[in-house]
Amino acid sequence: MEAEAVTSKEASSDSIAVQITGMNKWYGSFQVLIDINLTVYEGERIVICGPSGSGKSTLIRCINRLEEHQEGTIIVEGTELSSDLKNIDLIRSEVGMCFQHFNLFPHLSILDNCTLAPIWVRKTPRKEAEETAMYFLEKVKIPEQALKYPGQLSGGQQQRVAIARSLCMKPRIMLFDEPTSALDPEMIKEVLDTMIELAEEGMTMLCVTHEMGFARQVANRVIFMDEGQIVEQNEPEPFFGNPQNDRTKLFLSQILGH
Amino acid sequence: MESAAFVRTEMAAARPPPSMDMGPVGWMRQNLFSSWLNSILTILALLGIFFALVSAAPWLIQSSWTATSLNGCREAIAEAYGEGTHGACWAVIRERYLQMFYGFYPRDSYWRPNLALVMLFVALAPVLFTSLPRRMLWFSAVYPFLGLWLLWGGSFWIVISILFGFFVGYAVLTILMRMFGQLAGVVGGALAAVLYWVILTGTVADLLHAVIPLGIEPVESARFGGFMLSTTIGVTGIACSLPIGILLALGRKSDLLIVKSICVGFIEFVRGVPLITLLFVASTLLNIFMPPGTNFDLILRVVIMVTLFSSAYIAEVVRGGLASLPRGQYEAADALGLDYWKSMRLVVLPQALKVSIPGIVSTFIGLFKDTTLVSIIGLLDPLGLANAIRADANWNGIVWELYVFIAALFFVFCFAMSRYSMYLERKLQTGHN
Ligand SMILES: Nc1ncnc2c1ncn2[C@@H]1O[C@H](COP(=O)(O)OP(=O)(O)OP(=O)(O)O)[C@@H](O)[C@H]1O
Ligand SMILES: [Mg+2]
Repeated sequence: MEAEAVTSKEASSDSIAVQITGMNKWYGSFQVLIDINLTVYEGERIVICGPSGSGKSTLIRCINRLEEHQEGTIIVEGTELSSDLKNIDLIRSEVGMCFQHFNLFPHLSILDNCTLAPIWVRKTPRKEAEETAMYFLEKVKIPEQALKYPGQLSGGQQQRVAIARSLCMKPRIMLFDEPTSALDPEMIKEVLDTMIELAEEGMTMLCVTHEMGFARQVANRVIFMDEGQIVEQNEPEPFFGNPQNDRTKLFLSQILGH
Repeated sequence: MESAAFVRTEMAAARPPPSMDMGPVGWMRQNLFSSWLNSILTILALLGIFFALVSAAPWLIQSSWTATSLNGCREAIAEAYGEGTHGACWAVIRERYLQMFYGFYPRDSYWRPNLALVMLFVALAPVLFTSLPRRMLWFSAVYPFLGLWLLWGGSFWIVISILFGFFVGYAVLTILMRMFGQLAGVVGGALAAVLYWVILTGTVADLLHAVIPLGIEPVESARFGGFMLSTTIGVTGIACSLPIGILLALGRKSDLLIVKSICVGFIEFVRGVPLITLLFVASTLLNIFMPPGTNFDLILRVVIMVTLFSSAYIAEVVRGGLASLPRGQYEAADALGLDYWKSMRLVVLPQALKVSIPGIVSTFIGLFKDTTLVSIIGLLDPLGLANAIRADANWNGIVWELYVFIAALFFVFCFAMSRYSMYLERKLQTGHN
């Protein structure tokens, strides 16, 4: 396992997937993100962790413009995020996202959940979209649920469908916002396995998660955030073995301590 | 003492569920007499039903169907069932039912509203039941023009000419879209269609009519009445108020300040004003604002007012549905790259409307019953006709029979709508959320 993880970790290239420079964001008068600078290369897997309220969700939601930033630049796959609606839709179709609460569409079957965006955004013919959907549902190991509705699936299954739904758009970057924190331990493993598989195939990933085992195994870099700032970032080995900042030390001792 | 340890040696097989069939006595014990309170309520309710039936039945049954006046009725009933018997005088319905249905519509043209009604059901079927072939929706799309033409008559070329307006709009839209982009296309297309309808429809229809006369006898609005009038106003109002209401609800939630203010202002104004005042505005005031000589049909004015009125209510019902959706649904749609209209149409509205079905149908039922208010501005809907009939010397003094009849017919329509909404809710049920 270790060897495999190491080889896949070297897969990152030199071309840039996401570049954030000097980004600041406020909610009203409260500054959530302070001077964020972050470069993510194609094929990199980044894990973002930090205490609750530190701005992790806000940061990755800025990357597909679910939240708007006020200062600085964010360039995703060569396109700068501005208030130009065309750019936003373009970037959103290149960036997949998985949410803590899955957010599947309850009125559509699993298959229709997966084909909706390819058909209406990418204009893929229905038949082809369904084939792609079945391919990815097989990949997340639930092809037999294709005709059910989200309400009939377990949490872990729903999250895997959500991953498959994003993958159907053939995104170049995947964002995960605590994809396992609403799940029971048993289901956490099945979702993490899916994500590990995705990582091994070289997908560019930004994951907000507290699953430190996952971080050690697949991340190229771990980013620690506190009070809206990036406090420390490093490769997993030194990050966990030899944290520098006191806040990081405290956080890691709390999360790994017991 | 028994040991706490337990190891199953053999797995038990699953069994079919226990039978729920408990026979009529068991059913009654469980549902009607499960407790003292329940038994008392059951008995009281049965007594209530019994007395209501006992007091109404003789009046309903010991009745006269054949007389030609109220006094005739009374004599016939006294003769048949003895002096002093109270009985219903159904003869008035027998004599006037055609008027109650069609108002003063020309008798030899009754087939036109009849055909329009049959075609209405054909047009509604594919809208209401998704299992029917989707191609039938084309008929539903053309029906509004066809149905209104059947009712009011006139040259058939008007229908063709109006439909041609859509074609004009679409042509301009595609051309402009290719040259200047989506926004210009939509605006230009809509503008072209409206201009065509306002300026050219009549002329084009007249020209075509001069070449090939094709049409049916026109019927003026003053002859419309009875249930035909209620249904015309009700169905048109329902069909128009749903889309307008949805747009108003979306507008009210919009980020665009102007759009939002207009929608909020409209909704709050219309909801704050009684329908009756709107109808009075339609019947009297509007004429003052119109250029002199314009003949703006009264029924059309009423339909517009009724539509505006109920679309404000629909908007609020739909807004409730929109608010009930978790924010995650909007975010997931955005994250997948769906634009505003697509995410509304494919993700948000199907769910919001499903939640709003009971409220929407209530509003429709209310609208349909409110069509009886038009009797106040002099239109001869069933209630207006009832007043006219009661003013007739022959039927002076008759009350119950007419209103029971009207109530029964309205009940059938409204109950059907209510049942349909329950069917729809059941059908759209998908899992536990
Ligand atoms: N819409 C909003 N309006 C105002 N403040 C907000 C909003 N969303 C988040 N915040 C605040 O911004 C800060 C960062 O929130 P964020 O959700 O990014 O934290 P997080 O690191 O993801 O926390 P958690 O681990 O609990 O998910 C928090 O203090 C939160 O209260
Ligand atoms: Mg969060």
